[in-house]
Amino acid sequence: MSTYTLSRGFKKQTHKPGENPWSVSRIAALLVLVVLGATWLVPFAWAVLTSLKSEADAGASTISLNPPDGFSFEAYRKVLSAGDIPAWAWNSLITSVAITFITVATSALAGYAFSRVSFAGKRWLYAAIIAAIIIPPQLLIVPLFRQMLAFDLVDTYWGIILPQAFAPAMVLILKRFFDQIPVELEDAARVDGANRLRVFWSIVLPLSRPILAAVAIFVFIGAWNNFLWPFIVTTDAELMTLPVGLQTVKSAYGLQYAQNMASAILAALPLVVVFLFFQRHIIKGIATTGFGGQ
Amino acid sequence: MSTAIDTPPATTTPVVAEGKKQARRGETLSGWAFAAPFAVLFFLFLVVPALYGLYLSFTGETLTGSGGKLLGFGNYAEALQDPDMWHSLGNTLWFTLLSTVPLVVLSLAFALLVNLGLPGRWLWRLSFFLPYLLASTVVVMFWSWMYNPKLGLINGVLAEFGVAPVAWLQDPNVAMISVVVTTLWWTIGFNFLLYLAALQNIPEQQFEAAAIDGAGKWRQLFSIVIPQLAPTTALIVTLQILASLKVFDQIYMLTSGGPAGSTRSIVQYIYESGFTGYRFGYSSAISYLFFAIIVLVSLAQYRLINRRSAA
Repeated sequence: MSTYTLSRGFKKQTHKPGENPWSVSRIAALLVLVVLGATWLVPFAWAVLTSLKSEADAGASTISLNPPDGFSFEAYRKVLSAGDIPAWAWNSLITSVAITFITVATSALAGYAFSRVSFAGKRWLYAAIIAAIIIPPQLLIVPLFRQMLAFDLVDTYWGIILPQAFAPAMVLILKRFFDQIPVELEDAARVDGANRLRVFWSIVLPLSRPILAAVAIFVFIGAWNNFLWPFIVTTDAELMTLPVGLQTVKSAYGLQYAQNMASAILAALPLVVVFLFFQRHIIKGIATTGFGGQ
Repeated sequence: MSTAIDTPPATTTPVVAEGKKQARRGETLSGWAFAAPFAVLFFLFLVVPALYGLYLSFTGETLTGSGGKLLGFGNYAEALQDPDMWHSLGNTLWFTLLSTVPLVVLSLAFALLVNLGLPGRWLWRLSFFLPYLLASTVVVMFWSWMYNPKLGLINGVLAEFGVAPVAWLQDPNVAMISVVVTTLWWTIGFNFLLYLAALQNIPEQQFEAAAIDGAGKWRQLFSIVIPQLAPTTALIVTLQILASLKVFDQIYMLTSGGPAGSTRSIVQYIYESGFTGYRFGYSSAISYLFFAIIVLVSLAQYRLINRRSAA
């Protein structure tokens, strides 16, 4: 069932029957792809290669694929024993999971209200959310930082989490999805006396798993990689997220290129590994939410 | 569709009307209960800072809280005469132009190539998309190393061909191009995925019909594929322009906005006015000027897209 693995958004498309799979133009296209694909992998490969060299070799001015000192994990050992990276990765994980959970939960609840419940003030709130989509969070850094000072949330997990824990665009995406679920499914349960929350929990949510997963993936990647807000709201090195922490030390490594690259690779690794395992879901999630953002 | 159970009867007795009012109140209550968690966060961390920022933009507020008196439009007048503001704004628009064109055109080309069904499909998809998963800091670390004038791979390879080393990030004439190349590498995967998904939604029959009519591959590309992708292209261009206008991370970390301010973006100028110059009021005023530009761009795009779909 190869159609199953790649269907749902990304069906596998091969050459059409009767068409020569190895025509000159197809071979030319393949060559172009090989060159482009390889080019796109070069920065990764070069970073990995550097990270496996000794500092002396990494800092030597010739490009060498066969360094005199050979390859080792020495740079990784040094970076990990210096201690900050695991702590930053932990901070990133905690804050990203919290942001994802709160965003998905609040967006799903609000999306359901907009889709199914007619309540006073609904139109105003809805209009405000649509208007808010075009406000770039980058423009709010100064007032938000003042607010965080006032709330005493600077240098706390909550200070990192709360301003990132809602997403107007996701409310719209989920509302649109809920709109497509037949109301009859819920009516039956409501006639039986189930209240809204129960209907939402036991009927609507189970039907919405794919879209919830898509939203969660999208939000998680954004939160894990976000730089500007965590950079502004944390000054305590112990509370920094991975991108922010790395930024503060990347200059401190100075000429230690192997360690510099080792720490970059370590920071990249978690999402890359997750991606390799869930490639299909992640790609589908990005495509769905990307299209839904409008 | 079942016949609506709750159609109001022609004449409502007072008792029923009272019941309906109560039901409506119940709906409002449960609606707000569902919306409240989101609405509270939305209000506290978006509406409040947006309004507070607007207020700050009319004051001389600094980090210490001194000088917070009302200045009227003083900050705005100053910003409009500030050569650094205009320079940053110009850089931002230049970056947006330089990055949007290849990020749309190349992502389409990549998606078309991958969609041909050649061997190794998952590998091409992986290599084009993987960088999108990286944090800006990691991207910048990779590319600072690639661009390193003495030890970097790019100058190393150029040296093999006898080309003199280029100061990729230090030469004001080159730095913006280098930033754009890094951005292209980093973010093309998103547009690429959207195009790939859209390509696979084009009905197969259209190609078959065109093939029967004798249309060649290139003809099909321009008469079927690209027109079919028009809504996707409109979406991608919109999202890309807005994303490029907000550029900060990679520029700030690659060049710190240098050399000589030649790559400083408007968001970086907002950041620096606020957090290194400690002029919160002034920084907020520039934020609002920039927001006005974003609103104008969004409106222009909205009109363009609507006109096109109406035509």
